[in-house]
Amino acid sequence: MAEPTCPLTGLQAVDLYFMEQRAKLLDIAAFLDRLDRVGPPSGRSDVRVRALERAIPLLLDGVGSRTRRILELLSDHTSEPIPAAHGQGALGADPATDY
Amino acid sequence: MPYIDPHIHMVSRTTDDYARMAEAGCIAVTEPAFWAGFDRSSPAGFADYFRQLTETEPHRAARYGIAHYCWLCINPKEAEDPGFAREVMALIPEFLDRPNVLGIGEIGLNKNSRNELVILEEQIEIARRHDRLILVHTPHLEDKLKGTRLILAALRNAAVDPGRVLIDHVEEHTIKTVLDAGFWAGMTLYPDSKCTPQRAVDVIECYGRERIWINSAGDWGPSDPLAVPKCHVEMRRRGHGPDLATQISLTNPLTFLSQCPNFRPAALEPGWLSP
Repeated sequence: MAEPTCPLTGLQAVDLYFMEQRAKLLDIAAFLDRLDRVGPPSGRSDVRVRALERAIPLLLDGVGSRTRRILELLSDHTSEPIPAAHGQGALGADPATDY
Repeated sequence: MPYIDPHIHMVSRTTDDYARMAEAGCIAVTEPAFWAGFDRSSPAGFADYFRQLTETEPHRAARYGIAHYCWLCINPKEAEDPGFAREVMALIPEFLDRPNVLGIGEIGLNKNSRNELVILEEQIEIARRHDRLILVHTPHLEDKLKGTRLILAALRNAAVDPGRVLIDHVEEHTIKTVLDAGFWAGMTLYPDSKCTPQRAVDVIECYGRERIWINSAGDWGPSDPLAVPKCHVEMRRRGHGPDLATQISLTNPLTFLSQCPNFRPAALEPGWLSP
């Protein structure tokens, strides 16, 4: 167990945050259900959804530092600058990673 | 409580936002030069933008008792054309001595391209040559980890004093590297990307309260100019004392920004902040 750095007790933290997390969990479930109801092409093969599905097990693997590890999973881990920038946006998951 | 929002793009916000921020306790803002949501067609567009940052916004802010400071640069999203970027960079020195200018920013990387990196290195050199503070934008989402590493390497190669550089938009996967290298770290409170107030307080609980600040980075996209005081509420509801919000949003910004002699908000003169 990590050294406490948050002033709340466990019960206080659950009382304060549970409903918000319940709603977010249901949003993820509803998003995946929605993908079951869309027309082709299936969103399931999209790199962003595959990355999301790879990230979800990290929530329950018992290792800790979940946020950092999920952010790392979603990141580009190459080290060299790309030859040129085409466009300015980002996807939220690394398109070159085989999730 | 009095606070500083050290990264907000007020050119994209309404005067009502200044009023609401003042009512919430904001005494000073610092506004980095950034991407307007479209690529500007000429360097003259940047000259007008720099005038807006150094002339118009300080007057607009002063009407609400808020001190307005700014940072100048060409942002990484418009740095892919080095010729264009160098024409804009040539404009910067004539604005650097204006009284509300703190330094060079927000420079950095966006897609981590070679040209972005070259222009970043040249703007670091401008800051070095003029002995100015640096505010750094780190890339979004999947590009942030790699971009942060490239940026820190460029700063190390330039032998810049890390105590005079703030690396902004850190998240859980980049903050440790930034702090361990001696740089300052900024957390941006965005509704959909970057940090929520809850995560920002988590990060402070995990990595400490030294060399960290929070900002709204309020701009023309989904963002909240009151994100900083809302994060203070998150601190309070967890049971943190007022000293935490004061350090993160007043003492720390004051310590970093006061390295520039231009940073002297009237509200921080003796007597203003005492009850």
